[in-house]
Amino acid sequence: MERILFGDNQFFGVNHMSEEKARSQALKFQDINAVINVLDDAYDEGIKVFMCTTHERIAEVCDHIRANPERYHDYQFYPCMPYAHKYANAVTEVGILDALRSFLPEEGALNAMLKGGMSLAKKDVEGIGQLLIDAEMKMFQNLQTPVIFLQNVVTDLLLGLGFKEAFRIFADHVKNKYNAEPGFITMNMPKLLDVLDELKIENPIICSNINKIGFRMCGGIDAYENAIATRKFRPIAMSVFASGAISPQQALEYVCQQENIESIVFGASSRANIRQTKQLIDQLSVK
Amino acid sequence: MIRVALIGLGKMGLSHQAIINSHPDVKLVAICDTSSYVLDILNKYVGIKCYTDYKKMLREEKPDAVFIATPSRYHGEMVKAALDMAIHVFCEKPFCLDLDEGQRLVELAESKNLVNQVGYHYRFVEAFQEMKRLVDAKVIGQIHHVRAEAYGPVVLKPKGSTWRTSKNEGGGCLYDYACHGIDLVNYIIGRPDAVGGSALNKIFSRDVEDEVYATFFYADGKTGQIAANWSDESLRKMSTNITIWGTNGKISADRQEVRIFLRDGPNVALNLNKGWNTRYTTELTQNVWYYLRGEEYSEQINHFIQSIKVGRTDTRSTFRSAWDADLVAAMIIKDSESSHVNANSLTNQKATSTEKNGVLASIKSLLS
Repeated sequence: MERILFGDNQFFGVNHMSEEKARSQALKFQDINAVINVLDDAYDEGIKVFMCTTHERIAEVCDHIRANPERYHDYQFYPCMPYAHKYANAVTEVGILDALRSFLPEEGALNAMLKGGMSLAKKDVEGIGQLLIDAEMKMFQNLQTPVIFLQNVVTDLLLGLGFKEAFRIFADHVKNKYNAEPGFITMNMPKLLDVLDELKIENPIICSNINKIGFRMCGGIDAYENAIATRKFRPIAMSVFASGAISPQQALEYVCQQENIESIVFGASSRANIRQTKQLIDQLSVK
Repeated sequence: MIRVALIGLGKMGLSHQAIINSHPDVKLVAICDTSSYVLDILNKYVGIKCYTDYKKMLREEKPDAVFIATPSRYHGEMVKAALDMAIHVFCEKPFCLDLDEGQRLVELAESKNLVNQVGYHYRFVEAFQEMKRLVDAKVIGQIHHVRAEAYGPVVLKPKGSTWRTSKNEGGGCLYDYACHGIDLVNYIIGRPDAVGGSALNKIFSRDVEDEVYATFFYADGKTGQIAANWSDESLRKMSTNITIWGTNGKISADRQEVRIFLRDGPNVALNLNKGWNTRYTTELTQNVWYYLRGEEYSEQINHFIQSIKVGRTDTRSTFRSAWDADLVAAMIIKDSESSHVNANSLTNQKATSTEKNGVLASIKSLLS
């Protein structure tokens, strides 16, 4: 995995500290060209991975990258699926089953539809799961997606329910069909690690909050530090600045001194910010 | 271990199930829903015992506590059945659509000394907790006005047919969105004594309101306003904001932050400057043992479980306080049906007199 991954929260009005900040960012990035300009800045600063939700607007970014293969020859996406609010809002509106139906693929292959219908009837969770993953992956056709993530709302819902089989289904399908590595985003890293170990998903990629103030590190900061230091998995640190609650220097020192953390994902909106953060990570990562 | 059962496996029910199932002091013994599809999957992959008849589940499993997350119109009978069997109850909001029935359930729970809680999870959001602490400490002086707002993207086009969009099942923006604002107002500054100027408007829905506006009146002269709209696509998810004005400033809070403006300051004891102060969720929030969609969902369940363990019946969101929210909602419905001051009622008389007596007479009367 690349050391530095570029995140997308800033583009979609997500800020864990301030709704006002989130709104002003949403306003700034409502034109997809504004998003692409920032991605270009990150790319030109040497950040080649865009770790993004499967938000419908990402499809426009995908189109742009596909249309310019020379400019972006080594560009990689790490898709994070699904964009959960899309499902949550649909469930509220039409109920669980119809929401599920509405997200199953409708075109391309009639047999996919039929298989979907059959799956629902037979309660073939594996089949439905595969179709949903395929639906989310459609926008990334012909693009490089070496790691594919399950979003934290879904990961943590399944983890809480004890629906362990779903993790295996996800991991298998991502490996077999997309030749990609499965990744898991979670707010409950130590607990998830236990389950993935139990399922024998070896050396898993787990993306979780890792920050100096322990913000949304469920199980406690000590349990996180201990797991990172002693257990076999590939940790990615997100929310390292805790939405701005920690200064960049302190935040990155904390993360970089934990040698087993493989990658850091961060989002930024200006080139100066991107450059500064990347330089800090590069500098602090030299061992 | 507290033995828990769950009724209703919609969005809230599944979320509760995941949180309950992770709680170290709880054993989830069974779940119940009318959709055999969802039950079969959970039974097959999670191995939980499933029922389609809740009474049978309560009888056979004899849980210590039950979570009720069914459509609102079933709350009354289910809560009653559980209380009759001396089972502690956590019920989703709104509590009970029928005020008389709700009142009886409040009294029943209290008389039986059972732990009772309603899922007003905003009471467990640290930013609103902080707001309540500051209001109680009187940092902004005498309160004179409150504004509660709740906006989000639920009904965005003219379709949809779940219980949330069905009037007699407790659907609509009033019970889904506005109730949270009402409950927070009740929690932080008290229940209003009267309601006026209420409007329940449809935007896309056929049967239920998509937006709610009303004015609150308090016996001591305070006033308040509520605005809720679940057809607002400019927001990614539900956003709730409370602003309170007092003689010494104002406080505004949402899920993420509390902003305090003090006219006189500083308030050294509470670490507040004169002018603007901001407290962020990142500094206010404590880690929970398991996180799904927000700390508050875990916190409210933990609060209920700990209340059972120590025998505390005055939970942070009791049946009684939830009944108060139901009462205000009912006041808004009734008020929205009452007549308004019509423009004609003030202008007709002049218009009529002009017609009757002619322009000349009017001019004469003006000159006289």
